[in-house]
Amino acid sequence: MIKFENVGLRYGMETEVLRDVSFEIPERSFQFLTGPSGAGKTSLLRLLFMSLRPTRGSISMFGRDIATIERHELPIMRRRIGVVFQDFRLLDHMTTYENVALPLRVRGKDESGFRSDVSDLLNWVGLGDKLHALPPVLSGGEKQRVAIARALIDQPEVLLADEPTGNVDPHMARRLLRLFLELNRSGTAVVVATHDLGLMEQVDARRMILNNSHLDIYG
Amino acid sequence: MADTPVNAEAEHSVKPTPIVPPSNIAGQALSLVIAIMSFLACLTVGAVLMIDKSASSWQSQISREATVQIRPARDFDIETALVEAQAIAASFDGVTDARIIGLSQTATLLEPWLGKDINLSELPVPRLVVIRIDERNPPDFKAIGTAINEAIPNATLDDHRAWVDRLVSMANTTTYVGVAILLLVLTALVLTVVFATRGALASNHIIIEVLHFVGARANFIAGQFQRRFFWIGLRGALIGGGAAIAMFLIFQFWAQRNLTTAEGVQVAVLFGDFSIGMGIFIGTFFVIALVAALTTITARLTVVRTIYEIDEQRADPSRQSY
Ligand SMILES: Nc1ncnc2c1ncn2[C@@H]1O[C@H](COP(=O)(O)OP(=O)(O)OP(=O)(O)O)[C@@H](O)[C@H]1O
Ligand SMILES: [Mg+2]
Repeated sequence: MIKFENVGLRYGMETEVLRDVSFEIPERSFQFLTGPSGAGKTSLLRLLFMSLRPTRGSISMFGRDIATIERHELPIMRRRIGVVFQDFRLLDHMTTYENVALPLRVRGKDESGFRSDVSDLLNWVGLGDKLHALPPVLSGGEKQRVAIARALIDQPEVLLADEPTGNVDPHMARRLLRLFLELNRSGTAVVVATHDLGLMEQVDARRMILNNSHLDIYG
Repeated sequence: MADTPVNAEAEHSVKPTPIVPPSNIAGQALSLVIAIMSFLACLTVGAVLMIDKSASSWQSQISREATVQIRPARDFDIETALVEAQAIAASFDGVTDARIIGLSQTATLLEPWLGKDINLSELPVPRLVVIRIDERNPPDFKAIGTAINEAIPNATLDDHRAWVDRLVSMANTTTYVGVAILLLVLTALVLTVVFATRGALASNHIIIEVLHFVGARANFIAGQFQRRFFWIGLRGALIGGGAAIAMFLIFQFWAQRNLTTAEGVQVAVLFGDFSIGMGIFIGTFFVIALVAALTTITARLTVVRTIYEIDEQRADPSRQSY
């Protein structure tokens, strides 16, 4: 479904963040992306989300070379991808409920059709009593769970999660991991970027490890 | 709606939070800036229209009249000459009326200089015949002048041409200056509205980016912002334009009440009768429409450009800004 071939990325004139990276993300697959801080995990996810273009090499998403994708097609392509940003990017003037419903709203869906889905999902991530809270009053872990719920709400074909358990306790981390696995079982390919070894040990999944600009794949 | 779950989030279907935050400091400042600029622009429009109108009324009032002046002389019957001059003038085509200014009226005219109780017949005071003219069919002033001069060598015709010409050029200059100021104010209005709108949008960058990333089309995002900024612009322009019109109405009311007083007459002579013509309403409407259109278009272009810049990062990683 997603294929990287000899991808290189450099910011400006600095040394390459990624060099000769090749891998594939099959449909319905589950993988961790790991590596030390600054290794380029976020950068790799941005390439996958098409908010960055590689300096070298080629990337194909859903069977299309991203170099040939027109600007106006991007939103439609992105609707097939769910992202949990490392810095959450919630809209502060909207309630938790509305933040999670936002992807459905901008896709022109009718609210009566998704209202219970949104509250069910928020219940699952433990925010059932915070539906009307605004992001500025939420804790870091609560914001993170809102961001996760927003990424999952429309059952994307691919989920890209950048440190999705960075701000929660181990118990909640396990719960969120279960959510990702469940989503994966229902057909979504999942990429979880993390340096939480404890989290990775709970699942026997493929590991993509970034180190010194190179990517090694285990499993 | 029977199967609607009776829970808290049901109220969302009634009133969802707008995608663009309803009002923030930037939006209020924008409204205020727009109101002030619209007010100034409408005042300028009104002032220019008023100057233009007064200028043309000066012209027509002065050019409606001409005067024959007869200087007294030894052994000269000035009363007969006056009657003769009146008859000659009245015989011309385009002269609607010729009137002798009587002795007592002349005395009143000269009173400020000579004081009361003066016997004019003892003084060599020139006398006047005032000729009213049909503006649409003006007489041949040269012919009247020659005819009167031939019959009465002491008489001269003053058709006020010199005055009218000077007034016309002064009025035109005033109107040109007014129009130039109006153009400057409108340019300032356009620039202020454009930059203030862009400034107010800057704080919404994160919203544009998030919407774009959750799959909203550029058109959808631009539409949201456009609508919000249309209302901000319209509100500001209505406040500013309304204030300007209110000011003209108050001015007019004051002018009418004072028309009988000396200052009132002076003001009326200077500025015409102050009545608010349709012109001011049309001008205000134009300013309001211009401002609302400007905020809307600027909002759209700014949003589209922001999205373009977000996508541009994908084309050239070296131009990353974060
Ligand atoms: N916009 C940018 N401009 C320049 N350099 C950047 C930019 N973004 C990231 N980098 C650099 O690229 C490298 C990889 O950054 P990246 O954010 O991808 O790392 P990461 O693996 O996600 O780190 P962390 O685990 O701390 O989140 C870092 O050295 C970083 O300084
Ligand atoms: Mg990162």
